[in-house]
Amino acid sequence: MIANYGYKDGSGEYYISIDTDKCIGCLAERACLAACPKQMFEIITDDYDDEVAWIKKPNCRTLAYDCSECKPAGGYSSLPCITACTPGAIKHSW
Amino acid sequence: MNAEVVAETVPEKKEFWRWQESVWIDETKDWKSAKIITCGIDVGSVSSQAVLVVDGELYGFNSMRTGSSSPDSATNALAGVMDKCGMKLEDIHYVIGTGYGRVNVPFAHKAITEIACHARGANYMGGNGVRTILDMGGQDCKAIHCDEKGKVTNFLMNDKCAAGTGRGMEVISDLMQIPIAELGARSFDVDVEPAAVSSVCVVFAKSEALGLLKAGYTKNKVIAAYCQAMAERVVSLLERIGVEEGFFITGGIAKNPGVVKRIERLLGIKAMETKVDSQIAGALGAALFGYTLMSKKAAAA
Repeated sequence: MIANYGYKDGSGEYYISIDTDKCIGCLAERACLAACPKQMFEIITDDYDDEVAWIKKPNCRTLAYDCSECKPAGGYSSLPCITACTPGAIKHSW
Repeated sequence: MNAEVVAETVPEKKEFWRWQESVWIDETKDWKSAKIITCGIDVGSVSSQAVLVVDGELYGFNSMRTGSSSPDSATNALAGVMDKCGMKLEDIHYVIGTGYGRVNVPFAHKAITEIACHARGANYMGGNGVRTILDMGGQDCKAIHCDEKGKVTNFLMNDKCAAGTGRGMEVISDLMQIPIAELGARSFDVDVEPAAVSSVCVVFAKSEALGLLKAGYTKNKVIAAYCQAMAERVVSLLERIGVEEGFFITGGIAKNPGVVKRIERLLGIKAMETKVDSQIAGALGAALFGYTLMSKKAAAA
């Protein structure tokens, strides 16, 4: 399942997509949890009883601001969460 | 001026946004002879629904406005449908809560997100050909892609702003002073289809609508411009997850042809039709999840 967390507003579309099929039995030992400086990721049991990562609810409405430090303007060449997630489950829409 | 005179001169406040609440029972079925009775309660931000499923089939529902308390709304919704058929809470084997207030349903055995429940409900209502689901809820909008079993394969939800939601339509209904149920039909009663209201935000869209009225637009033309804006907004969400044939709309706005027809026009595909109230999809899905759980338990015993 592709789970898109985020929003679209007047300034643009801000979604973090998580491919939960790659998340089940994570091969990166849940490295996303520690990689995110804002600690936005959390492991939950989803509606189909799979243990997967999601974005904490309050962050879903403030992604544009929460992720800004990790974008190229913040000095990063690649996003920490995407780099940490070696199975490639995480994507940013912006 | 005394109070009596003031009361006479102040016009009655009409609630143009108020939609029709409904209770329905399938009179052809007898719940007393059923093996498994499950219930789904969808406590949404604007409306609450209680759905009863008897042996895996829809038996009855109650759809009403959500009050200030989620537990009370859940209790009232269920009481409404149980009263209609003479059922008691003890007769129901399993209750699942969904929607914004799902964790506040006092008698629920489990809570499941509205995304999974809408997919399951749409799969029941539209059949296993349903693939793309648009839920236009009271204060959020969800685009869901599911498989032939109604399992979610891709979803996104926008609950940050009210644009493209039922609440946005209620605001326009009140502003135009036209009952919400009439907005869809009136949006087609225009000589030339206007461009969409450009504002994304409902608050700004309201200001823009007022400006259009002052610029000489008829009410119908403003409604058409707003319906078009809503359609464009939700279509952009749908396109993000990918639109596939087998398109189904749930939620209250599925009853507004002004928005539905414009979405169909933009997507180039027709939405599937159903005889079941589109607003109950979430609660229906929850009740069906309950039925599956109980069936598995019964099979394991």
